[in-house]
Amino acid sequence: MNETLFITHSNIIRKHTVIRNEKVELNNEIFVNFATFIKALYKKEAISYPKFYKMDNLSKLGFLGAEMLLKDTAFLDRYRKEEIGIVIMNSSSSLDTDLAYNETIKDKSNYFPSPSVFVYTLPNILIGEICIRHKIKGENAFLVSDQFDPGKVIESVKLLLDKDHAQACLCGWVEVLGESFESVLFLVEKEKTIKEYYPLGGYSPFTIESLQQIYQKK
Amino acid sequence: MMRPVYIAGDNIITSLGFTTPEVIHKVESGIIGFQKYDDRSLTPTPLPLSLVNTDLLTGKFREILVMRHPEMHEEHFTRLEKMFIVSIHDAVKETEPALYGSNSLLIISSTKGNIDLLEEGKKNFPDPGHIYLWKMADVIGSFFGFINRPVVISNACISGVLALSTAARMIDAGLYDHVVVAGGDLLSEFVISGFLSFQALSPEPCMPFDIARNGLSLGEGCGTLVLSSEHKKSTAVMVSGSAVTNDANHISGPSRTGEELAMAIGNALKEAGINPGEISFVSAHGTATLFNDEMESKSLEIAGLQHTPVNSFKGYWGHTLGAAGVIESIATIRSMADNLLFRSAGFNEIGVSVPLNVIRENIHTPVQNCLKIASGFGGCNAAIVYRKM
Repeated sequence: MNETLFITHSNIIRKHTVIRNEKVELNNEIFVNFATFIKALYKKEAISYPKFYKMDNLSKLGFLGAEMLLKDTAFLDRYRKEEIGIVIMNSSSSLDTDLAYNETIKDKSNYFPSPSVFVYTLPNILIGEICIRHKIKGENAFLVSDQFDPGKVIESVKLLLDKDHAQACLCGWVEVLGESFESVLFLVEKEKTIKEYYPLGGYSPFTIESLQQIYQKK
Repeated sequence: MMRPVYIAGDNIITSLGFTTPEVIHKVESGIIGFQKYDDRSLTPTPLPLSLVNTDLLTGKFREILVMRHPEMHEEHFTRLEKMFIVSIHDAVKETEPALYGSNSLLIISSTKGNIDLLEEGKKNFPDPGHIYLWKMADVIGSFFGFINRPVVISNACISGVLALSTAARMIDAGLYDHVVVAGGDLLSEFVISGFLSFQALSPEPCMPFDIARNGLSLGEGCGTLVLSSEHKKSTAVMVSGSAVTNDANHISGPSRTGEELAMAIGNALKEAGINPGEISFVSAHGTATLFNDEMESKSLEIAGLQHTPVNSFKGYWGHTLGAAGVIESIATIRSMADNLLFRSAGFNEIGVSVPLNVIRENIHTPVQNCLKIASGFGGCNAAIVYRKM
């Protein structure tokens, strides 16, 4: 029942660093703003997905984090799409887009609410975008916490994996509010699966300590 | 589920009342909660809405404040926080203080929380930090004295069912013995203008599954369910299975085939260990938009539930967003306790491609296992099964 779980891949996107599987890549470009940053990263990763440009900032960041996390892994081939769960947490929910949407309704003489903005005033749209991109159809949960809470992430993921509601999970923290942002994502798999795919190791136990250690890497 | 997860307390707040018996009595009498509003601070065009009476809410909140926290000030609580507190206060009356130990948790389900704090008129609220859902949850949790920090789930219109599913799984896994799930959302200009921009709102009270349905009606409210491995009510109802899926198709439109919601239903029934034929009643999401109800009818057919009695409680108090899954689960559990299925308000003639068995008149009949389903933006679907012992 209580399977041992492992982090098999991780990806962190911050203003001045991208950390892939705990390897730090410094970004020497001068940070101008989120919009130019995320576009440059999208181009650098050579991803072709026109829907990216329609997304709000939270979805852009989390989408790109998931792309980089899954790149060069066989994760999506290893599981049926119904077996993959997604658990994402952040602090400000969709407040970044809520504020943008609110600008479109607060002035009655300049009133232009748009469904394409309003739809992003829900944080789980990010999960929907990742699911659409990779045809992932398993369990979803979006949680809100004042800071990255490894204990709560583990609790939620274990509820899915221990009882076979999912066989593997994409999980973590994706936060955007104005020019402040951070994406920290992990792939979590069961011991019985990973031995076959990672004979040389390269994974960490899915514990609060490992999550903190990966998260604190600068 | 290995461990029993009983329903130990509940409360519903909607336009129809402030307690479950008050609201259900009106449902039984066929009373619907919509009124036409033409208040420009709320909606640019006249709309039927189901709103909670603010004066009554404030009065009830003040009584609770005096009783529990005479040192606190009413103006430090938002309207939604007051609604959550009034709801939880009523739901926990038979089980507290056992709920406030280290073996208990509060889960808050909400899509937009205190989003009304962005309005010009709310600029003077003492602490703008209440805009954060976790802050709102902390305020509510500490008001009652929950030791563990509340968990917040914000997953569009499946938030309530997902919160209940998570709570049941937590108890099943032995993480907690009691989990209080409270779901709530307000109607504000923010939410109403957004649904209007989608052209998703009906000019008349919504008509789920009907041929003439023309969109959804919005409602506000709060629902609280106390889940426990120990405490139960005289009619013991428990959670027996749950599941969540994603369409992976479109962020604002439901699946064309309904297969993914059907998959969630199938997984939940499997966990409950029952066949579709053992389900007495389905409480549908039934928003009354053309696409949702059509998708849901296909899902119910795939899941083998096309002949099972089904209703949508949204015909009584509208779509209550993050509260919907909790409120509609409570109404379903009342059907189980009373062996009484409720008419689907607003329904006259079937208007979906699968001829579902939509309930036309209240029916007294044995009600044993029930299914509650929900779907939402982001392509999410959820199903939860309740069993009467």
